[in-house]
Amino acid sequence: MPREITYREALREGLDEELAHDDNVIIIGEEVAEYNGAYKVTEGLWKKWGDKRLIDAPISEAGFIGMGIGASMLGIRPVMELMFYSFAYVAFDQMMNNAATCRYMSGGLTHCPIVVRGPANGGTNVGATHSHTPENIFANMPGLKVVSPSDPHDVKGLIKSAIRDNDPVYFMESTVLYGMTGEVPSNDELDDGELIVPIGKAKVKKEGTDISLIAHGRAVVTSLLAAEILAEKYDINAEVLDLRSIRPIDEAAIMETVRKTHRAIYIEENKPFCGVGAQISSMIMEQAFDDLDAPVLRITSADAPAFYSPPIEKLQLPTAEEIVERALTIC
Amino acid sequence: MAAKTKSKPTAEFADAPINASLTNEDKIELLRKMVRIRRFEQTSLKHYQGDKIGGFLHLYIGQESVAVGSISLLGENDHVITAYRDHGHALAVGMNMDECMAELFGKATGCSKGKGGSMHYFAPDKNYWGGHGIVGGQTPLGAGLAFALKYKGLKGCCLCYLGDGAINQGAFHESLNLAALWDLPVIYIIENNGYSMGTSQARSSAYPEGGLAQRAEAYNMAWDKIEGVSVYEIRAGVQKAVERAHEESKPSIIEIMTYRHKGHSVADANAEKYRTKEEIQKYMQEHDPIDFWKSTLLEEGVITEDDYKKMNKEAGDEANAAAEFAEKSPFPDESEIFDDIYWEVDNNTEAGRTGRHFFHK
Repeated sequence: MPREITYREALREGLDEELAHDDNVIIIGEEVAEYNGAYKVTEGLWKKWGDKRLIDAPISEAGFIGMGIGASMLGIRPVMELMFYSFAYVAFDQMMNNAATCRYMSGGLTHCPIVVRGPANGGTNVGATHSHTPENIFANMPGLKVVSPSDPHDVKGLIKSAIRDNDPVYFMESTVLYGMTGEVPSNDELDDGELIVPIGKAKVKKEGTDISLIAHGRAVVTSLLAAEILAEKYDINAEVLDLRSIRPIDEAAIMETVRKTHRAIYIEENKPFCGVGAQISSMIMEQAFDDLDAPVLRITSADAPAFYSPPIEKLQLPTAEEIVERALTIC
Repeated sequence: MAAKTKSKPTAEFADAPINASLTNEDKIELLRKMVRIRRFEQTSLKHYQGDKIGGFLHLYIGQESVAVGSISLLGENDHVITAYRDHGHALAVGMNMDECMAELFGKATGCSKGKGGSMHYFAPDKNYWGGHGIVGGQTPLGAGLAFALKYKGLKGCCLCYLGDGAINQGAFHESLNLAALWDLPVIYIIENNGYSMGTSQARSSAYPEGGLAQRAEAYNMAWDKIEGVSVYEIRAGVQKAVERAHEESKPSIIEIMTYRHKGHSVADANAEKYRTKEEIQKYMQEHDPIDFWKSTLLEEGVITEDDYKKMNKEAGDEANAAAEFAEKSPFPDESEIFDDIYWEVDNNTEAGRTGRHFFHK
């Protein structure tokens, strides 16, 4: 029987293993230590690793993320938690200017091995200020890497890669996924003795032949549901490709699925204007135009700030039904 | 008007132990560094006006004693980070004029290969971490360098320089809180030249009677305010903060009163409008740190007028040679555009070879 654990537990295992792997790895953030994490991601780690490695930060995102950037220049590898990725906006100068450009502006004399992680999702009725999905904004900046894992296996493997990476990695999770369970092999089941998922590699989550549903983050889960409906009700065999990393991007995997199915929809909980799907559909149009039997479609969150009222906010996010409906227009 | 009328500079700090231990050679070297910075800046101004240098040029003329005096106190595990007026600190930590001038000229031989320009000099091998363009943006990084030293158990500190305009940035206040809360060995040096660009201190900052550094009290942090004309006074004042950082792992704010002879940048068209010509003249004539140190060394019999002339000429020749080196150096190759963005790509690692990193064309 394969081991099943939650997304939250898998993430914690990854963090714990990297704390053991490298003495320079530290975790900083609001409520990460004594409180055991606002979402219990870091539960138990302070007790195990102590004050030196798990550090409760005051509510000062620009301060502690900037501090982590400075410390990383001298070889520390800080993993910094944002309670909500929406709070990145108060640390924007540090995350966009200092983390992303110091290497370039120093002609390669510095680098910045930091991870900034936390949930970047809507759908929890916390209003617009706490529901931002900035993966496209940060992926727009050369020098940064953006990762958005959709299941327990990948969140563990990717956090380990992110911490070992020598560039700044912005790691975007989802509060809605923290309780999701999935298969995550224990280390003694693995040939390499540990689970590593490389940044920049997509994964086919469901094989198919008729249409490609390409997505990242929680939209992958929604896409898998849509694929089930398409198969059961309409005899359409959809392929679901999980991008996993947004920058760097697995371009080959995208083109491969498009060349196989000749139809593609990009699904994301991001906003539409210059969203990740805009980039992907442009790449498909440029590189696989002749393979397409229909225009590339995009399904995103509604182009409005997040609505508080729970039944209305639900309508703002992509649903399996919407994916099915749009898929039927091109199949 | 400048914020405060400065007291007449004196050599009263000469007897502080940190200064009493200076040899004649050390004192001459301090003078030479200041003179080299001034000649470098004057030469860069000439070539900026000759269209050899693009962008901004924030000159350090008038403030040389601050970088030279404070950096002269540092040892192996002490680090430096500053803002965009960074040429003086660069030369003070030992970067050479050639690489600094070539960077201004945008050449491949520049310290940042022509990618950073005037505001972004770096020399990690000399514990110099930039050169940062956004006002106050470097202040959390300074706390981070100090954090790393403490984490690794090294007895060191970070001198983090900022201007008087930067003290009103939120990132600076967040940094002060973190530094005091976690006992980080960082020393924030406010180089108070009286003006945040064209806005005087009186029009930009609310502060206690003791001055800008006294804001430290709100964070239960040590602070001091010192006159910046005398290298002796700067060394004596900053040394106390360095000892506090080394021995107690405690942060400090040191405000050093200084004056920039030129505008905020060379592009500052109003440099003689928001301050009177008389004010500028007064500081140039009565509070010039190079004149002051030169007079001190003449009085002490450490140098002669001829020694100074020779030093001045050598520094001018060195700056001219640097400009010639910069002029003759090649511009960076276009292929350089995509280097130095991702460490993993530059080092051709597996991570660097996985996935598409760049999206142009």
